[in-house]
Amino acid sequence: MLELQNVTKVFNPGTVNEKVAVNNLSLKMEDGDFVTVIGSNGAGKSTMLNLVAGLWKPDSGKILIDDIDVTKMPEHKRAKYIGRVFQDPHDGTASDMNIEENLAIAARRGKKHTLKWGINKTERELYRELLSGLGLGLEDRMTSKVGLLSGGQRQAITLLMASLESPKILLLDEHTAALDPKTAKVVLELTDKIVSQNHLTTMMVTHNMKDAIAHGNRLIMMNNGSVLLDIKGEEKKNLTIEDLLEKFNQTSGQVFASDKALL
Amino acid sequence: MPFINALPGAIAQGLVWAIMAIGVYITFRILDIADLTVDGSFATGGAVLGIYVVNSDGSAGSIAVGMLLALLAGLVAGLVTGLIHTKLGIPPILAGILTQLILWSVNLTIMGGRANVSVNGNLYPVFIRILNSGDSIWKLVIVVGLIIALLYLFFGTELGSSIRATGNNLKMSRAQGINVNLNKVIGLMLSNGLVAVSGALLTQYQGFADINMGRGAIVIGLAAVVIGEAIFSKIVKNFALRLMAVSIGAVIYYIVYQFVISLGINTNLMKMLSAVVVAIFLGVPYLKKTHLDPILKARKEKKDASGGEDNA
Repeated sequence: MLELQNVTKVFNPGTVNEKVAVNNLSLKMEDGDFVTVIGSNGAGKSTMLNLVAGLWKPDSGKILIDDIDVTKMPEHKRAKYIGRVFQDPHDGTASDMNIEENLAIAARRGKKHTLKWGINKTERELYRELLSGLGLGLEDRMTSKVGLLSGGQRQAITLLMASLESPKILLLDEHTAALDPKTAKVVLELTDKIVSQNHLTTMMVTHNMKDAIAHGNRLIMMNNGSVLLDIKGEEKKNLTIEDLLEKFNQTSGQVFASDKALL
Repeated sequence: MPFINALPGAIAQGLVWAIMAIGVYITFRILDIADLTVDGSFATGGAVLGIYVVNSDGSAGSIAVGMLLALLAGLVAGLVTGLIHTKLGIPPILAGILTQLILWSVNLTIMGGRANVSVNGNLYPVFIRILNSGDSIWKLVIVVGLIIALLYLFFGTELGSSIRATGNNLKMSRAQGINVNLNKVIGLMLSNGLVAVSGALLTQYQGFADINMGRGAIVIGLAAVVIGEAIFSKIVKNFALRLMAVSIGAVIYYIVYQFVISLGINTNLMKMLSAVVVAIFLGVPYLKKTHLDPILKARKEKKDASGGEDNA
């Protein structure tokens, strides 16, 4: 499904600020994999995600989605294959447009924007149904501006938008980090629901070890731009935070630096 | 009373500028770009119409074709700014200034090296003219209404929605597969096309095109936008009605303009006055947010706190 082959990305090459953000990273995700990605600040999690999404091109290596080489494909063309939810709830939706308009735009992801009317009646009914599935009462507010909604509601809508056109990959970039714990829990439950209902191949970056362990079928820990640990199957199911820290210390010879991740 | 007598003229002129203001609304409010191309493309529209209609042998070119050519010239002006911005990575405000300067030379060239072209309403079949403001007003109301209707339809289409999203949130738009650079170029073209049409209409109305006719046009367009929003934003949410509010804003601007002139104020000061009006209208919401809101919030918190003590 998603394959990264020896991908390297260096920022500010040749200067004192040179930073190897992703270092010769190879990773293969199978159809339906739900991978959680964890690692301390600067480990390369977000860079990897943004390379997949096409914000930057890698300096070397290849990125394949469904065996299609997307390494050089611009971000808006690649969007056809990719659903994304961002950390900042403001990033994923157009706040001056209403809920149904946002969904209608997402329903046309990767398609030509023609002079046909931007939304039709059958779509509206579908959106109403999908929104009521979120259980947030948004189905009665379809013509409200998204800017009036709370962060949690916006993330829920962004999730719905990302899943609307059955993406080949769903990328979640710390999408609950800006929410309060209670809302974060609701959005994570919603994430699990949407991922399993639509059988989405998903990559979720998180700062939170507990979440990384509780969700998905595979866990990747990154360090210095490469994959340090790759835990799947039964081992992933029985994983605890203590196991994870011990493995990290053994493999990297360092003590895990981010207290935030332990919460 | 001179002011009352000048009122039809002010309304007609306001309606001509309303089309320009709608163009400014597209870039400033929908695309979130302050596009200074308009100072040049306004005169381009006037120059193209003037030169096409007025032939050296005294015969007249078709006004309709002249308007169409003015529209095309405006679209090209917007295209140039759009390409300078998206292909060369130059910030939109500077891209607009560059095109504006290019257009200064282009406009002079179009007018054959002269600073103005006379389009005498007695000799040429102009659509609107200052000598017949009453007729001009209803004709312009229809034109403005038609433009608003077309834009309302356009911004409801898939392409129009994707342009609105582009101006609203670039990150989201790219993630949704929208070609944001293409959309910015389309928006800039549309805007400058309308601005050029407005310039072509003003040329007919006042009877001449002038190299300076667009100087400060962006400020008048912005003034119309902010006046329209200040008066109607609380009651008007629908897109078509917002464009109508902007148009009425342009008319109000010219009525106030006439009024100020009738008070005997030096017309040389009018541009400064316009700029001050725009600065105030755009600045007040910011000042309210940075200065008034914290005070109100503090006062409310104080009140809540003392209320709490009372209960205890």
